[in-house]
Amino acid sequence: MLEIKNLHASVGGKEILRGINMTVNPGEVHAIMGPNGAGKSTLSNVLAGRDGYEVTQGEIIYKGENLMELEPEERAQRGVFLAFQYPVEIPGVSNIYLLKAALNAVRKYNGQDEVDAIDFLNLVRERMKLVKMDEQFLHRNVNEGFSGGEKKRNEILQMAVLEPALAILDETDSGLDIDALRTVAEGVNALRAEDRSIVMITHYQRLLDHIVPDFVHVLSEGKIVKSGDKELAKELEKSGYSWVHDAPEGQTA
Amino acid sequence: MTDESQQLESITQKEYKAGFVTDIEADSLPPGLSEDVVREISRIKGEPEFMLEWRLKAYRHWLTMETPEWAHVHYPAINYQDISYYSAPKKKDDAPKSLDEVDPELLKTYEKLGVPLDERARLAGVAVDAVFDSVSVASTFQDKLAEEGIIFMPISQAVHEHPELVEQYIGSVVPYKDNYYAALNSAVFSDGSFVYIPKGVRCPMELSTYFRINAANTGQFERTLIIADDDAYVSYLEGCTAPMRDENQLHAAVVELVANDRAEIKYSTVQNWYPGDENGKGGIYNFVTKRAACRGESSKVSWTQVETGSAITWKYPSVVLQGDNSVGEFYSVAVTNNMQQADTGTKMIHLGKNTSSTIISKGISAGRSQNAYRGLVRVTPKAENARNYTECDSLLMGDKCGAHTFPYIEVKNPTAQVEHEASTSKISEDQLFYCKQRGLDTEDAVSMIVNGFCKEVIRELPMEFAVEAQNLLGLSLEGSVG
Repeated sequence: MLEIKNLHASVGGKEILRGINMTVNPGEVHAIMGPNGAGKSTLSNVLAGRDGYEVTQGEIIYKGENLMELEPEERAQRGVFLAFQYPVEIPGVSNIYLLKAALNAVRKYNGQDEVDAIDFLNLVRERMKLVKMDEQFLHRNVNEGFSGGEKKRNEILQMAVLEPALAILDETDSGLDIDALRTVAEGVNALRAEDRSIVMITHYQRLLDHIVPDFVHVLSEGKIVKSGDKELAKELEKSGYSWVHDAPEGQTA
Repeated sequence: MTDESQQLESITQKEYKAGFVTDIEADSLPPGLSEDVVREISRIKGEPEFMLEWRLKAYRHWLTMETPEWAHVHYPAINYQDISYYSAPKKKDDAPKSLDEVDPELLKTYEKLGVPLDERARLAGVAVDAVFDSVSVASTFQDKLAEEGIIFMPISQAVHEHPELVEQYIGSVVPYKDNYYAALNSAVFSDGSFVYIPKGVRCPMELSTYFRINAANTGQFERTLIIADDDAYVSYLEGCTAPMRDENQLHAAVVELVANDRAEIKYSTVQNWYPGDENGKGGIYNFVTKRAACRGESSKVSWTQVETGSAITWKYPSVVLQGDNSVGEFYSVAVTNNMQQADTGTKMIHLGKNTSSTIISKGISAGRSQNAYRGLVRVTPKAENARNYTECDSLLMGDKCGAHTFPYIEVKNPTAQVEHEASTSKISEDQLFYCKQRGLDTEDAVSMIVNGFCKEVIRELPMEFAVEAQNLLGLSLEGSVG
């Protein structure tokens, strides 16, 4: 699904990612953890193709294609989805309008007709249940006046409607209370599938109690310094990031 | 320049689609303006004496006036002797009696513009008056409307058939002395639409006028007069286009609306005159005076405008709230791009008691354009309990354009409540990236964001016009929900 080889990237001339290697197979859930400033958000922005993030070395292969040659919307149309850490407000544009436009953009790429209005409404209503969202959300402006929890649930709703092959969840747990965290996690768990890979980026272990990953990677100073299974996250919780930091590079748990 | 702003720039440079010229024989007056030209226009129209007298008074007054220079627009001085003040498609005999007699070239022109004049082909519910250069070439549904007592005809025809109404109302809202361009228009206006809705009648269909400037070096000076008598209602739409020409062309129109007791007039404009090319060559100077008088108690006038064209726009559709409990509304989207300049807004003059007004103005600037909102809210000493709400939002695309807001508020009555809100924003890279990450290309993303920004205004437009407006704004709203 996704293969990252020796990825180096810089922002404003400053190197943030310094040789990341990672392979994500279909159906797998990977967690990327790390202290602030490790390069977690840079990685998600590079994967999504944001302006201003310059790849200086290495490659990213997604479904056999060189991802770096594609525009952000082309990546999205091919099934790369980023759940934003800070979802953006779009005044005057209703949530349902954006959802429909996004779904139709993906369908168009896949050679499908625009979604029928009734089918679309049925689909959205069904997916809203996954994140316990009320129908009135559909008619509110995108993220405008949403609470932190509502914004994150809205991201997962978009994911549920677009059904991406690769979902990158950037700090989806940040700013959530325990109930909201549980709702979001249940939504994500319901979307786990054999043909879908999920990369979760988080600072805290607590998200991983709810969405149990197959692999955990520790990112520090732009490199993956440790990889393991879910037990690695618990270790981290106990000993803090300084523990991995001090460990010799390349050693795995 | 970042990629995003380059993309913004490229998608904001779209072609002008209505820029073709119709090859049609025309009778035109040679360029130049004098008392003789005014008399000649009146003679061609076979006008009654009162009309000629009024024109001449206006002309003589115009000679004493100076070009207004307070607007935030810049252009070389206009030589009024270089303009032709009258151009009409050549007719075989008299004016066409029915659509069958209208020159097929003309009908084709309007079809091309998406305004079929064929009554059968026209979507039910819209009557059209088409003004080509200086004259009205076709008015549809006249007979059907006449059954309800509604008069909808070219003003040149109304001067003959309803001189008493024309004489009573023309210049009663915008006197010829009002301003430079209004005086010029009063002297040389050649056609436009006339609407009278009798007492208690709700006009059963949308009335619309489609203005087209075709001839070169010709000014268009149309005059529209709409009267809604007691308890009447009418919704009126106006659309405008012109061919692409390298010279600037002058369009100085006057629109007067009168709403009597409990009457309501809804006036919508989609203005798409040729804006000139990306270097500012050519384009229409759109210097227009539009004003409504809410004469009667509880009367209501609502202006909605989507202004995307013209090299320079200078226009302030206003409402004089004379009647107690009368209501004035102004909803505006003004888009400027390339070298376009717009100085537009409204005036709400509160005279009666319990009068209220709402102003929603959305300015979108792109390219190297300048976009100004200028608005006056005046509450006079006798206007007890006047209310005004004003919201002015500007959206900037790119970093070479300008947005300006000039609000004037004059309150002379302590019971007044006046609110003013203003904002300026840019389409942020965050918003664009968010939309693109959901699969939308830049063009669709910008369309969506701009559409969201203008939503409060667009939803005031009648359905068909809203679609035209959205297309004009570069928005594809196909299959929109919610």
